[in-house]
Amino acid sequence: MNYFKTIINGIVKENPTFVLLLGMCPTLATTTSAINGLGMGVATMFVLICSNTFISLLKNLIPDGVRIPCYIVVIASFVTLLQMLMQAYVPDLYKTLGIFIPLIVVNCIILGRAEAFAAKNNVFASICDGIGIGIGFTLALTLLGFVRELLGNGAVFGYRIVPESMNMLVFVLAPGAFITLGLLLAIVNSVKNRKA
Amino acid sequence: MEYFLIFISAIFVNNIVLSQFLGICPFLGVSKKISTAAGMGLAVTFVLTVAVIVTYALQTWVLNPYGLGYLQTILFILVIAGLVQMLETILKKVSPSLYQALGIFLPLITTNCCILGVSILVANATYNAQGLEPNLLTGVVYAIATSIGFALALIIFAGIREQLAKVRVPKSMEGMAIALITAGLLALAFMGFSGVDHGIAVAAGL
Repeated sequence: MNYFKTIINGIVKENPTFVLLLGMCPTLATTTSAINGLGMGVATMFVLICSNTFISLLKNLIPDGVRIPCYIVVIASFVTLLQMLMQAYVPDLYKTLGIFIPLIVVNCIILGRAEAFAAKNNVFASICDGIGIGIGFTLALTLLGFVRELLGNGAVFGYRIVPESMNMLVFVLAPGAFITLGLLLAIVNSVKNRKA
Repeated sequence: MEYFLIFISAIFVNNIVLSQFLGICPFLGVSKKISTAAGMGLAVTFVLTVAVIVTYALQTWVLNPYGLGYLQTILFILVIAGLVQMLETILKKVSPSLYQALGIFLPLITTNCCILGVSILVANATYNAQGLEPNLLTGVVYAIATSIGFALALIIFAGIREQLAKVRVPKSMEGMAIALITAGLLALAFMGFSGVDHGIAVAAGL
């Protein structure tokens, strides 16, 4: 039951995008469509779960003074593994996401969770935390990609539902990313304010 | 002339923050005051230039000849982390005044994705070298131009946010929401530069 709570906590209460505001670079850059957002979210979740598991297993072996470099090595190894897997099985997605796959290494969510959660909790709790935060990140990216794709291209997951003449191209371009995320954040805040 | 074009393109047309989305964290995090924004911009310029030279050398003389390309990510992040630490120690000894100005920003730079991002772009030669052959010189020029673009965007944004702090915004828009929308409008303004590099290239007869 406690583990279930950890997962829900990662999705809602500590949602990395809308509450913690971490990992903004891939959030803004890769969400030109819902499917790209989903791909980036799942890729990050894979690294997050693996690194959380390993760091929580190794937490008693890693000396305190050099823990950050150790975490970075663990994270970078899993990112390299992910790069190889994606090149082999989903080469198109790998090409679309481009430089943002190696940049998962410097995504503050992953190092942040390693330091704040995995280094203090047992393996199963850390896996659950990775799943929760990963799902929260994936959902946020997919939502952002969904809104941008719908407004900018008039499509949902690649299927066109709005005629081309009504598209607002700016939402697929760079400024649209900032504006859409800003508005989504304002909606989340207003829901939160109403509850309180 | 081509070098000038690299500058124009990297600073205005393909601004690292506003159109390539690298280095968003410091862009949103340390942009509340113009003075801190300028300090961060300077620190990034310094670290990025050194990092690009070192990583380019490693890629050319270590990774490529021995077929170790798959170790790029892990090696680069370690080198950058070590480099930042080393620069911090050297600065403390050699120039305490510069360390005073940049010191607090240096630890933050390791996880600034524009350092690793630009290093990978330069090492893989996937940046726009404006028709020149991508080598160490164009890479360094590109790195300097990119960091000037980063500093420019950061300082402009900090200026806007200083003014923004004085006005009342709707409650749910407070904080990051309004900052993101401001950044969106700034990005929209920078989109006005698109095509300028091509225009200059045509005018110069390249």
